[in-house]
Amino acid sequence: MKIVVCIKQVPATAAEKRYTSDLRLDRSASENVINPLDEYAVEQALRLQESGAVENVSYLSMGPAQAGEALRRAMAMGGDDAFLVTDDALAGADEWATARVLAAALDKLAPDVSLMGMASDDARGSLVPGAVAAIRGLPLLSYASELRLEGNTARIRRLNASGFDIIEAPLPVVASVTDQVGEPRYASLKGIMAARRKTLETWSLADLGLSAAGVQGGALTRVVEARAPEAKPPTERIENVGADEAVTKIADWLAARKLI
Amino acid sequence: MTYRLTPEHEELRAVVRELAEERIAPRAAQIDESREFPWDLKELLAKQDLLGAGLPEQYGGTGLDGISQAILVEEIARADATTSLIPMVQNLGALPIVLAGNEDQKERYFPRLASGEWLIAFGLTEAAAGSDVASNRMRARLEGDCYRLTGSKRFITHGSIANVLTVFALTDPDAGGRKGMSAFIVEADTPGFSAPRVEHKMGIRGSPTAELNFDEVQVPIANRIGEEGQGFKIAMATLDQSRLGVAAQAVGIAQGALDAAVAYAADRQQFGQRVVDFEGIQFMLADMASRTEAARQLTYAACAAVDAKVADLPYWTSAAKLIAGDTAMAVTTDAVQVLGGYGYISEYPVERMMRDAKITQLYEGTQQIQRVVIARQLLLRAGIGSRSKASAGPGAGS
Repeated sequence: MKIVVCIKQVPATAAEKRYTSDLRLDRSASENVINPLDEYAVEQALRLQESGAVENVSYLSMGPAQAGEALRRAMAMGGDDAFLVTDDALAGADEWATARVLAAALDKLAPDVSLMGMASDDARGSLVPGAVAAIRGLPLLSYASELRLEGNTARIRRLNASGFDIIEAPLPVVASVTDQVGEPRYASLKGIMAARRKTLETWSLADLGLSAAGVQGGALTRVVEARAPEAKPPTERIENVGADEAVTKIADWLAARKLI
Repeated sequence: MTYRLTPEHEELRAVVRELAEERIAPRAAQIDESREFPWDLKELLAKQDLLGAGLPEQYGGTGLDGISQAILVEEIARADATTSLIPMVQNLGALPIVLAGNEDQKERYFPRLASGEWLIAFGLTEAAAGSDVASNRMRARLEGDCYRLTGSKRFITHGSIANVLTVFALTDPDAGGRKGMSAFIVEADTPGFSAPRVEHKMGIRGSPTAELNFDEVQVPIANRIGEEGQGFKIAMATLDQSRLGVAAQAVGIAQGALDAAVAYAADRQQFGQRVVDFEGIQFMLADMASRTEAARQLTYAACAAVDAKVADLPYWTSAAKLIAGDTAMAVTTDAVQVLGGYGYISEYPVERMMRDAKITQLYEGTQQIQRVVIARQLLLRAGIGSRSKASAGPGAGS
């Protein structure tokens, strides 16, 4: 049994985001990390490997060369090897182009489970898992709070408004996980040292039998504008008053907005 | 001394910083307030393989180079000085065995120390023998196949919680401390060993600093480190390296205080503008940052000197500890000043950092002892040599 975890390198959540002149996120300007939601996919895969349900955990990323750092970090958490699809022609790829590239790479790696986080922390499109499943013609088990593998079946638990659904599908599948699968582990020092000896293979579009025109020509979206959210009005502070007066003021404030 | 920070060093820093910011920093105020050893964080550091950094891989350690060990301590100390003492003392206590122990001793103790199953402490200082190590009085009397250790130690970091200690005692009192002292490995559950008291301290309050009593504690000959009479030499060689842990801790404390001061100054408004927009504050922050960076780079250079086994090693490590300790004290003091009244209260971390910083000027050799060591190296370089009888010891606490 083999899992490939797809991970994306994103700017750190708290980092100031800057855009290039053609409205792409400037990834050189900030500290980059593994997409925090992808870390849950890594954790889920490693737990399955530790339980013996999975023999092999690989990582796959599409991005600039520096995305190799994210793959190294994932390998420091555990797992076996990593693959990076990097090609100048991929700069500015939208979700659809990304999904086509990942799908081609996953076809080549042929895992039983292609595992992803439920969204990326930068774009938050949540489109790639579904798109990859559609392109590859595989079942999609999305928003899993738990993934189990039994025999030839993948089974997930998905929270809904009143409880949870249990959904299963025959392998191979594409699955995405939420932050309910368990806290991602920190890389241990021995894990970091071991990761330096694990293989990180780099593929170009040509290695996947894809052409730049074929991938980017298939882009379905275009960024027309990027701007910072409007500043919120300053926080109202109630200070240096007695508790009773403070309570009254807060209650009045809430009542004025019909919140109580 | 040349050195270069590698991508591996930066990766280690990023990983330890994340761990320290997310798991250690939120505990720091509570550890200081409760004065309780952070057992949870000791377990966390053990799980992340951060307690065997100075031990070779063949015994379960990670055999990091000197700069990596400094980065590890620095990043933890940036969040909490008390917690940074856990890897520091694990290294300090084991160093006598690393430097002078035999294969059997390494095999028996290193795996348990590397995994963090056991804590170790370094028992050198006595109530009347701080900087003047050679005036140690604790006795070790050979009877049959055991030494019997009798006497007391004071200012022993982790002395009350360690499972095993490296302890220094006189096997030949007539020869004095320099020639008559020997080093031993003492397991804490040996009858006659006790830690009757821990000190109330200004800083590093979660780290127990213990008084130790030895009442006819039997130590097998197999647990003597090196030969009889080599104790003083082993202790000095240990401190020549271990004081870099203090230097790294001091750099981390300074960096933590600087970061807190910058964040506060950028947020605080007075006279209708951010405090950081006042040139007076900017100049203070610039000086704090420059001093911290200088201390850090000297510490790394000294780490490289340890790895290169240079002949004038004490010069490098004492200079680094001297500069870094004074930097930590100055930078944390200025950080309190930048925060003004808020810096003085425990709602903000800088008053704790200022109290923690003081110890880096005291333990593993006071700043005055570091100067003695550096001056002696200068004389050696000049071909003059030193005839000084004053012993260069570790100072209060170890």
